[in-house]
Amino acid sequence: MRRVAIIGVGHSKFGDRQDVNLKELAFEAVKPALEDAGVTPKDIAYVTVGSIGVWSEEPLPAVAVAEYCGLTGAGLVRTEAACATGSAAVYNAYTAIASGMVDLAAVIGVEKMREVDTSLAVELIGRAGSYLWEFEYFGMTFPSYYALYATAYMNRYGATEEDLALVAVKAHKYGALNPLAHLQREISIEDVLSSYVVSWPLKLYDSCPISDGSAAIVLASEEKVRELRIDTPVWIAGVGYSSGTSTLSYRNDFVGIEASVKASQQAYRMAGVGPDKIDVANVHDCFTIAELLAYEDLGFARRGEGFKMIREGETEIGGRIPVNVDGGLKAKGHPIGATGVSMIVEQTKQLREEIKPRSRQAPLKNYIALTHNVGGTGHYCYITILKR
Amino acid sequence: MSELPVINSRSLELSYKIPISKTKRFWDGLKEGKILATKCRRCGKLYFPPVADCGACYSSYMDWVELSGEGRLVTYTHVIVKPASFRDEQPYTVAVAELKEGVKALAWLTNVKRKDIKIGMGVRLVPKQFTDGRVAYVFTPLTGEGRDQ
Repeated sequence: MRRVAIIGVGHSKFGDRQDVNLKELAFEAVKPALEDAGVTPKDIAYVTVGSIGVWSEEPLPAVAVAEYCGLTGAGLVRTEAACATGSAAVYNAYTAIASGMVDLAAVIGVEKMREVDTSLAVELIGRAGSYLWEFEYFGMTFPSYYALYATAYMNRYGATEEDLALVAVKAHKYGALNPLAHLQREISIEDVLSSYVVSWPLKLYDSCPISDGSAAIVLASEEKVRELRIDTPVWIAGVGYSSGTSTLSYRNDFVGIEASVKASQQAYRMAGVGPDKIDVANVHDCFTIAELLAYEDLGFARRGEGFKMIREGETEIGGRIPVNVDGGLKAKGHPIGATGVSMIVEQTKQLREEIKPRSRQAPLKNYIALTHNVGGTGHYCYITILKR
Repeated sequence: MSELPVINSRSLELSYKIPISKTKRFWDGLKEGKILATKCRRCGKLYFPPVADCGACYSSYMDWVELSGEGRLVTYTHVIVKPASFRDEQPYTVAVAELKEGVKALAWLTNVKRKDIKIGMGVRLVPKQFTDGRVAYVFTPLTGEGRDQ
């Protein structure tokens, strides 16, 4: 296996992007990523596109996006792993370089979710669990899946709706500082608690918005890093992946995501570090409960004590391990295929100490960052550990 | 940003024909008032929802077994914001319960007031005919809930 570095990153504004189509939106991330890396589209040998794509007009978006970005001719594939699609696309390109097949690859995560109305988007995401047994007769939605975990978690460990609200308040605090975030305003605990119930106990402000957005990265082999004289390569030090059952009732319990536990252990092993060495992280907070589960699944907190971390402010800048200081899925937005790539973009910039405004830059001790990207409700999980 | 120019694409209506030949016994069972599961004849693994092939030992010899339907509530949620195709439904409660036989099931929880729902309460999974004529199954509270668990 060869070492692989991130040498270029790009990120569009997330939000309601009716001003651009899917291809134009992808271009907004690909252009700065290639410029950052100092390469041209013709240099890219392999492209992975992370996109779900059912909510916009191109059913098979990879080829359309590649053509628009001048990448026609490169090896090309669309990757799908539900909400972990972006990270799966990163992993796919990572292995292409690590294996020696190519020296330079691009990953493009892009999603346009707002070309259909909200109730249809809710339907399309809800169908993506176990269709026949959970949607056909019972109309499960994505918030409902996480609500089942929230109910079980709060009942087992004594966490409250206020604890969940604190996760949203933190996300919005940092989202307000991120010019690329979908929701750029601070909110209070009261705002969260008084927002309407989506799927009890989860409320509107416990939930990420439905967003359009794109993010892109350029990956290179160590040889290529030297050839291009990249001064701040960020290395992929560890990757981990796992999956859970499609049918929720086949799961053992609803107080943690088993796929996250397995994937993170694999990534820690490969990187040769433990959770105590992580300076800053992005975790998958599609709903507030998901962030608390992640603290525990990733080993930042003991089982049943994740909610204490948010109460104590341990995951804010200045705390033990800053988490989602770009606003997270909750405030930055969750354009599904873009999300995992966006996490890598954020952590690459954190490790390069390029975050603006500086109030959003996490202090670095070990120069190690982690991204945690869950697909579905623990149907998929990808972990990536980065090191400068 | 809803005032920006767009082209409305051609619309598409999608409905899939989902094959149930291999699990037809289950759907027939519902009409007879039974909740059926499949049990692998080789390794003994019990499946609900039922399957035709055992993913654990790769046998395709499955026996149909009737479940008591009795179980204990594991978790639940009240779905308020519904998907487009459930637009005309009242808000519904979805629950997961662990049945006596050791398998879990996910279904609507009906015939109970929201304030009376408690994790650990006794429930029974029963066949149910919906207003559109389709037959599935729902949980209802077990009489004397919890005591016999």
